[in-house]
Amino acid sequence: MSAIVGLIPLALSTDRVWWMPSNGALHGLAIDRLMWWNLAVLSALFLLAHILLIAALFRSRPLKQRHSDDQREEESRDRRRKVSDKLWKSELILLFALTLLYTWMAISAQRLWATIRYQGAAPQALQVEVTGEQFQWYFRYPGADAAFGLTRPELINAPAGNPLGLDRTDPHSTDDIVSSTLVLPAGREVDLDLRSIDVIHGFFIPGMRLKQNAVPGMPMHVHFTPSTPGDYSILCSQVCGLGHARMQTHLRVVSNEEYLTWLASHAPKPVEGATR
Amino acid sequence: MSLQLQQTMQRRRGLFTTDHRTIGIRYLLLSLLAVAIGTVLSLFMRIHIVSPDLKLPLFGQIPPEGYLALVTMHGTLMVFFVLTTAPVNGFASLILPAQIGAQRMAFPLLNAIAFWLTTLSLAVLLGAFFVPGGAPISGWTNYPPLSAIAAAGPGQATGMDLWLVSIGIFCFASILSAINMLTTIVSKRCQGMTLLRMPLTVWSWLVTAVLILFAFSILFAAVVLLLSDRHLATGFFVPTGEVINGLLLDNANPHANGSPMLWLHLFWFFGHPEVYIAVLPAMGLTSSLLANFTRRPVFGYRFMVTTTLLIGVFGLLVWGHHMFVSGMNPYAGTAFALMTMAIAIPSSGKVLGWLAMLLRGRDSRVHPLPTPMLFTLGFLSFFIAGGLTGPILAQPILDAYLHNTYFVVAHFHLIMAMAGAFSLFAAVYYWFPLMTGRLMNETLGKWHFWLSLIGAYGTFFPMHFAGLAGQPRHYAQLAGSTSTLSSLIPLQTGITHSALFLAGAQLLFLINLAWSARRGQPAGENPWQATTLEWASDLAECKVVRGPYEYGFHTNTQDFVMQYAVEPEEE
Amino acid sequence: MPATFTRTPTDIERKDPGIGGKPPVDRRPTGGGGGDDNWDNHPQGRRGPRELLTRYRLGLFFALAGDLMFFIALVGAFFVRQNAGHFDPRDNYVSDWHPLAVPPILWINTAVLLLSSGTIEIARRHLFHEVDVMEEWLGLGRPAVRRASPWLIATALLGALFIDGQWIAWQQLESQGLFFASNQNSHFFYLITATHGIHLVLGIIALAVALCALFLLRRVEMRQVVVDCTAWYWHTMGIFWVFLFFLLTCFQ
Repeated sequence: MSAIVGLIPLALSTDRVWWMPSNGALHGLAIDRLMWWNLAVLSALFLLAHILLIAALFRSRPLKQRHSDDQREEESRDRRRKVSDKLWKSELILLFALTLLYTWMAISAQRLWATIRYQGAAPQALQVEVTGEQFQWYFRYPGADAAFGLTRPELINAPAGNPLGLDRTDPHSTDDIVSSTLVLPAGREVDLDLRSIDVIHGFFIPGMRLKQNAVPGMPMHVHFTPSTPGDYSILCSQVCGLGHARMQTHLRVVSNEEYLTWLASHAPKPVEGATR
Repeated sequence: MSLQLQQTMQRRRGLFTTDHRTIGIRYLLLSLLAVAIGTVLSLFMRIHIVSPDLKLPLFGQIPPEGYLALVTMHGTLMVFFVLTTAPVNGFASLILPAQIGAQRMAFPLLNAIAFWLTTLSLAVLLGAFFVPGGAPISGWTNYPPLSAIAAAGPGQATGMDLWLVSIGIFCFASILSAINMLTTIVSKRCQGMTLLRMPLTVWSWLVTAVLILFAFSILFAAVVLLLSDRHLATGFFVPTGEVINGLLLDNANPHANGSPMLWLHLFWFFGHPEVYIAVLPAMGLTSSLLANFTRRPVFGYRFMVTTTLLIGVFGLLVWGHHMFVSGMNPYAGTAFALMTMAIAIPSSGKVLGWLAMLLRGRDSRVHPLPTPMLFTLGFLSFFIAGGLTGPILAQPILDAYLHNTYFVVAHFHLIMAMAGAFSLFAAVYYWFPLMTGRLMNETLGKWHFWLSLIGAYGTFFPMHFAGLAGQPRHYAQLAGSTSTLSSLIPLQTGITHSALFLAGAQLLFLINLAWSARRGQPAGENPWQATTLEWASDLAECKVVRGPYEYGFHTNTQDFVMQYAVEPEEE
Repeated sequence: MPATFTRTPTDIERKDPGIGGKPPVDRRPTGGGGGDDNWDNHPQGRRGPRELLTRYRLGLFFALAGDLMFFIALVGAFFVRQNAGHFDPRDNYVSDWHPLAVPPILWINTAVLLLSSGTIEIARRHLFHEVDVMEEWLGLGRPAVRRASPWLIATALLGALFIDGQWIAWQQLESQGLFFASNQNSHFFYLITATHGIHLVLGIIALAVALCALFLLRRVEMRQVVVDCTAWYWHTMGIFWVFLFFLLTCFQ
């Protein structure tokens, strides 16, 4: 009994949707709330409609009798008309109510969409380039010079250690860090530059409530702020070939110090004899 | 049977007959074949997800590309050869001329050509399984560059070409059918059959035919452009600098910078009307059957016509809701989202109308709930279940989480596979007497209904939860991947068991079909006591004098009046 | 028999197109085959020759509507591609659309096609000239066919001239080094002209078939239908060409 009572706050909490993984992004709470309300309202409508559906089946009209005199015939016709009018009125009222409901859903969702997608990231956001290849995600950090080096498609050679085709002759690419896991500091907005070199991939981080297709030939930006440290899975959500199900990696959200340590430990060492 | 009639019926069974009824039944048999193959493919898929290492008899273990090929072909077979062919071509050929009092369709030869082209299309599609490389693996939506470059995956070479050729032929056949249907409805209605006296099934075929004309032409163009990309080194969909399998592709020239987004727009401009093509005839049938079995007229005939037209028009304007996270402009996303919400309004209006028809009460003197009525109620239930998750997916911010997850799979299976299929079952049970002169067995039909209902909800409802947990589509296996996904294996196992149960329940339908065609109870002229013209046998001259749903009017012997009857016997 | 059965000719009384049926000379559709067919004052009656013509015209209209959507898809792709450049390695937007100069012969081709529309329209009108049609209907020879055939042949010749002119235009482009696969714009140029060309070749084949049909078909209504539908198809291809030509000259 107490267990059930203890569960009630969880069920009534609008911050957590049953079955969804826990949220780690700043905007995720608003999304989860919106999802909760949508699911709650629509589940209620589902139950209500089915109750009406099933109850209606038990309702049986009496056999329509032919009346001997005209007056009773007219009365029964009036009654039928009144029932018909009532049904019409209730249907139109319900339809109007549903229209208002859909309007509320659309507007509340659009507000959230606008705050997240209409504008780009703040200028001081952390820049990370995400590249999808069959069947691996690569993440590139700009390094100390805060600039991404040039890449050229003809240099792409994953077995030789250059999956992104970094042009080593470009000075900006010497300090670029390429990693296959995404490590981010908590609390700082990050701007992802999504690319793909071969087919359309879908960059999906369920824990950050983030999804965007990576389309070859069309680099695009999405931004979010990871707020809760932890380990989140990154999945591919657009079928990209036979390794689609394997194209998974991790997002690690860590403290700022840990992030800087990680960056330092991954910084490429200068190659002997390299010229500037 | 007279010799003349025997000879007539033999002529009608010729291989290249132009008799619309024979062609309609042949279309339905084609769909039956397609749905059987598609269901078997889906069972292989379901088994593979939960037991990836299982070796199937005759096939061995299914490799990951095999799974993706199963997914692609399952989707293609079901969407095109079942949900477009059966409700539109099949039943329209069979029933449409009779319902408007015409003796034949406007262009019977075109009807026969369209049928044989559809058969050819199915044969070519199934051929993709047997070529080197196998069937394509890019899903029924076939986004380029995966579908544009043969080296991008197994099955993307000859298999993909066969898919494209098959669908190209199918587009052409569908357009021929649509021309036939539209001309028939516009010009072959019999005397007295004004537009507002047409049954709602005919209205839905009218709107569906217009949608086919618009949508399939665009798909045909997209298929032509993709074939051109694949074989003529154009670059409509493939950008420069593609590196596939370590090979830098340049399309033979450095300026061929295409855009995969072009395919998405073209395909979904077809793809969204396609789902309305699949479901509008079902909605028209539901209205008709609810009127028939509650013994009352359709609640708001003009309202139903208006909502059908609105759904048809709006359906052409909402394609972007499949592309919210595809790289489309977020402002366009807002526009499509608002438009998609708007289409929920006529759909809800229809559902409320149907509920109103039920709430008015049934005259239970007539056989209480015969099988066609049960399946209509099932359609209503699934339409509500699947339709209600539509508004969630219509909101880009929520779709950004749910896109391409099992939530979407649940949504479209509930509404297309289950609601659409249930209305096809209702149509078969209802119009079986017109096809064979016999009724289908009621007991088997009721068992079929209940087992399918339970199996369907058991299969597709839990998929919502898998989607909320974030499980993406097209994943060949969950074992060995992140813990969030492998924790869903018990759920998916339950779904698989339910799917096997659901598929098993369909055997009852097949047995019923086969048995009733020969040994079913002979039906009278009008076993369901319906008012529409297809039940009027031997009309010497067709002259319609009233609307299509005049139920509830008592004469000395019956409580309905057929459309063509001159006067009711009372008053 | 259930109403879904097609009734064979023995089941329905067919009105023989001889004396007693309606000759196909009325321009306005009136009730066909009897006076009381005109329910709710609909201008269209039933099963007269005008209704036959309307049925085939409707079918052609819907077919051309679908065809129009096909061309719209190509034109839409054209505009999308025109405005979609790419990003160079330094993330600068670069447009890579290379407009090409339309070979001047296309202007001549357009004039030829418009002229051919004129010739086929003359042919069509000959087939509907009341006096000649009445003679044919009465079985007194084929004056309408005799008058229309030269114009149909002229249309076919002009159509062939148009196709030849398009081919020459392609050769001129190729001699300048612009092949189908040269750049994105040339893709569309060749694709659009080729698609229209294929439709026009189909139209020429239809003209040939119509010419044969004029001598082989026995009912004058069917002869009218064949030529009328071919003519409308031809006109539509002409109109499509005007729009496509306008697109290629002014919107590159």
